[in-house]
Amino acid sequence: MSSNLPGEQPAVSLSEVYKSFGELEVLKGINFDVMKGEVICIIGPSGSGKSTLIRCINALNNIDSGSIKVHGIEVNDPNLNKLELRKNVGMVFQQYNLFPHKTALENIMMAPILVLKETKQTAYAKALELVKKVRLEDKQHNYPGELSGGQQQRVAIARSLAMNPDIMLFDEVTAALDPETVKEVLVTIKDLAGEGMTCILVTHEMGFARELADHIYFTDRGVIVEHGPPDTFFKEAKDPRTKEFLSQIL
Amino acid sequence: MPEYIGQFFLDLYKSDPSWNFIFFYDPSQLERVLDGFWMTLELSIICVILSVVIGVVGAWMQTHKNPFLRIVVQGYIQFFRNTPPLIQLMFFYFALGQFTPSYSPDGWLEVPIISNVGWAIISLSFFAGSFNVEIFRAGIEAVPESTKEAAEALGISHFQSYRYIILPLAFRVSLPALNNNLVNLVKTTTQAMAIAVPELLYQMVSIYNDYSTSMNASMVLLFVVYILLVGILVFGVHKWEKNFKIPGYGG
Repeated sequence: MSSNLPGEQPAVSLSEVYKSFGELEVLKGINFDVMKGEVICIIGPSGSGKSTLIRCINALNNIDSGSIKVHGIEVNDPNLNKLELRKNVGMVFQQYNLFPHKTALENIMMAPILVLKETKQTAYAKALELVKKVRLEDKQHNYPGELSGGQQQRVAIARSLAMNPDIMLFDEVTAALDPETVKEVLVTIKDLAGEGMTCILVTHEMGFARELADHIYFTDRGVIVEHGPPDTFFKEAKDPRTKEFLSQIL
Repeated sequence: MPEYIGQFFLDLYKSDPSWNFIFFYDPSQLERVLDGFWMTLELSIICVILSVVIGVVGAWMQTHKNPFLRIVVQGYIQFFRNTPPLIQLMFFYFALGQFTPSYSPDGWLEVPIISNVGWAIISLSFFAGSFNVEIFRAGIEAVPESTKEAAEALGISHFQSYRYIILPLAFRVSLPALNNNLVNLVKTTTQAMAIAVPELLYQMVSIYNDYSTSMNASMVLLFVVYILLVGILVFGVHKWEKNFKIPGYGG
């Protein structure tokens, strides 16, 4: 669906993805491709299946049918090596979900030590770098409870990056933040996108989506209603549902 | 013990025969008190440790996929939590004790391989352990699903997540309730007297059965010793709670 160069394999590719929770159909045939280094934003009203969609990409939720491929590897496979998948795909949540009994640095070091079997020294050195990258050197020894929401979210981003992923998923990462702290988190994501990280964001930050996204998808009731590059998407939305949503939000 | 203390209590007894602190001037009675105290201490420490281990293992089994394991733990909890510890002690020692093998150290005497002290340790540990399972389970359930999910998304395995994230958090939530249960356990060790475990209460009762004038004094000593013993335990757990406190987390 996106600008597909011939011969190039998409980083993430979804086709005909269906998912329901009991009676409730959440995803009804989702298709899209994300190329390496692309930033895509998924927007849409609450309950439209955005978060479910993004959670399916790193197998936190299983899909009922269809195919999700990450670097060509099928995620919808009972024999999937979830560990390998999660080494490639980092995820950041709305509620940060840091480990409250670990300091900022320890939060970042934990997965590299436990999962990648890095030595403490290596993990520590990397954590120091990451904490600098998210501009929290002065808070590195603080516990999550001592940090503001925006600071916690930046630690959470650094924690995901410590696994050296090449794809990052952001699930409404600024939705729980004060307006002032939203910016510091967005700047961090912008830095990442600038470095060529493949990013999939579920977001309500329209300004941010417009500025940063290569492609925007608008979902409603489990389907992609409309999509396109930001310029065309925001100016020339055709579908009445998209128009209504944008008129409410912009 | 200095001479003058013994002399003081001997004088007290002579002036008022209802206050006979016999163990403070009769060395053989003092020995009985000390023996009883060490036995109480031994029972308490071993049972506290075992009951905590049972609690952790049981709570883990309760979250296990295998329904059989979960049913076993449920049955265990229902049995040990809902019956009096005194009956459990007697059941273990008198009923189960008959079926355990015995050995003969001198070819004459038959000695069961599990002594009454052994049965007391087993019975009291399982009794307190059943409460600990529920205490730890509550702690584990208090860890938000989203925290576990974050660990999962980082590729951290279930076991690692349990060991490095869930248990450390659950433990902190559980400490106040655990404190209460361990206090109860230390006090319940007195019931081992029913199967003739020579702990402190058993020894004190023996002393005032031999010297009826020492009854009041024995009671006073019992209260004082238990207040101190439980006081030390509570102090220790509180200190532990403080050490484990995470800045900015949980009040």
